[in-house]
Amino acid sequence: MTASTTAAPALRPNDFLNIDSLLSDEERLIRDTVRQFVAREVVPNVGEWFEEARIPRELANELGDLNVLGMHLTGYGCAGASATAYGLACMELEAGDSGVRSLVSVQGSLAMFAIWRWGSEEQKQEWLPRMAKGEAIGCFGLTEPDAGSDPGSMRTRARRDGDEWVLNGQKMWITNGSISDVAVVWAQTDEGVRGFLVPRGTPGFTAPEIHKKLSLRASVTSELVLDDVRLPDSARLPEANSLRGPLSCLNEARYGIVWGAAGAARACLEAAVEYSKTRIQFDKPIASFQIIQQRLAEMATKVNQATLLALHLGRLKDAGQLRNEHVSMGKLANVNAALEVARTARQVLGANGITLEYPVIRHMNNLESVVTYEGTADVHALVIGNALTGISAFR
Amino acid sequence: MKICVLVKEVPDAAVEKRIDPSTGRMDRSGEKNLNPYDTHAIEAAMQLKEGGALQVDEIVAVTMGPESAVRALHKAVSLGADRSIHLTDAALAGSDVAATGYALAKALEKEQPDVVLLGQQSDDGECYTIGAVVAEHLKAPSLTQVIKLDVVDGGLRCERQAEYGYDTVQVSLPAVISVGDAINEPRYPSLKAIMGAKKKPLETASAADAGIDASLVGGDGSRVQCGEFKAPPAKAAGTIIEDEDTDATVEQIVAWLDERKLI
Repeated sequence: MTASTTAAPALRPNDFLNIDSLLSDEERLIRDTVRQFVAREVVPNVGEWFEEARIPRELANELGDLNVLGMHLTGYGCAGASATAYGLACMELEAGDSGVRSLVSVQGSLAMFAIWRWGSEEQKQEWLPRMAKGEAIGCFGLTEPDAGSDPGSMRTRARRDGDEWVLNGQKMWITNGSISDVAVVWAQTDEGVRGFLVPRGTPGFTAPEIHKKLSLRASVTSELVLDDVRLPDSARLPEANSLRGPLSCLNEARYGIVWGAAGAARACLEAAVEYSKTRIQFDKPIASFQIIQQRLAEMATKVNQATLLALHLGRLKDAGQLRNEHVSMGKLANVNAALEVARTARQVLGANGITLEYPVIRHMNNLESVVTYEGTADVHALVIGNALTGISAFR
Repeated sequence: MKICVLVKEVPDAAVEKRIDPSTGRMDRSGEKNLNPYDTHAIEAAMQLKEGGALQVDEIVAVTMGPESAVRALHKAVSLGADRSIHLTDAALAGSDVAATGYALAKALEKEQPDVVLLGQQSDDGECYTIGAVVAEHLKAPSLTQVIKLDVVDGGLRCERQAEYGYDTVQVSLPAVISVGDAINEPRYPSLKAIMGAKKKPLETASAADAGIDASLVGGDGSRVQCGEFKAPPAKAAGTIIEDEDTDATVEQIVAWLDERKLI
């Protein structure tokens, strides 16, 4: 064993395990840029957006100017960043709000990725550059009112009619739906599951917004209604010919959630630490009480574990070694951890923990969606269980 | 036309600054960043370039500093500079303001810029003087604390922020202009620009490359010698007024100021 003579760097509470030292200068600069953007453009306003249940359309253009939209894709105006850099951006966006990260995830990992991976050259040329700039918004329609964890049971159908396709059905819980210029819609056909690009304004296609949500309020959630929607065959994603098409997109988006959840947790931890140092009860800051310190210590541990797990998956993805089972473990672990951190932070903040003056209840409510969308925690546990035992518990 | 922007790597704003008693210099270990004031200078250069009233062919970021200062140049380039120059040499370490200004002026002489822009102060030393020293060596006019720049009659019309108000000064080029943070809102670097930064030309120059007389720089070449340092006295705890009723809050603030004969 060798003794080191260099002293360890000073401990920084906001990066307890010095995870920064595992990032390259470029990764840190990308992270810091997105963090600064979120601090200036999102954090001061997002409480109001959440209360008013809206997200400004211009935010997509600003995110496009930053090159965040589809940043992990190559060509067609996309930045071509690493999976790790994309994850870092998701982390910072969700430290602002899960709704903002959802906008970016759905745009980049679901809609743009679907076109980039399964689309024709013409489809890529038509949509990807505009979507990368935030000029066009995309959404992704797989889930239906009666087909959630079991997307294979979808009822939306596309049938051939001469050179055209006719789509009928309904999609549910579609982020960005009502503001989308193009919807990626998955449908059963006689030939298997196929994906279609449905432009806004196509006759028979509507996207009414879903209201009365108490979670992800700074995010547009919609139904997609397809009533005899006629599309040319050129609207079909030619490379996708099974459920593997949409599932590949979801795996991309879930990977971003692994990072994003760590970001939401970090924001809650930071709010709790700050609050506990300034909130005076019994003539001293509540941070003086052991029970608060224990909570902070447990929250900080979860945030650091979640960040390390996300970074590990990022490095695996960049090395081409990432499997969907890894992503399942990441999403299961990190969203559950983030929920626990948010709930604990909420208690540390007392009554202030339930107002939009602080970020905590907003993150807590958002995470209640994040834990079930893009694969429920239960199904991700079953994916892991299947991998451990070789026995599928749900198919 | 060429614009050179002087930039500096400084300790990050979140890092508590301290003097290292063993060297008498600022402890620059820990997290570092591009001096935030310099980002306003880069933005001013970008706006001159994009404004079109001047034909700006090139924006060059120039820094003097240790190896790590390359990161400040990468950031400067990601914010829009076309290339960068890193003046670095052990002989330069410990230079005071006059020596640093001389060294930067020597590096700039080779570039022959039409405009030199810099932030009015660094976030660490906060001397506000480098621009004037550089201008003196370049025999160019020096304008400081500029918060508005317009191209007028082939020169620049500058609005300076002064204690008594604003000076409007017309300056012919070349000129050295230090800018305040009120001049603009720096853009965010795009991810593509960050990822492309390492591909833009970066020239590393030693003191000798820049034609610097080594006897005029570094700790020994500096005329300012720092002696004893003391930490500033600890601040007394402030008073926090909870704003429950704005009228009552205002009354309390006014009473507080009145008590101290501040109003």
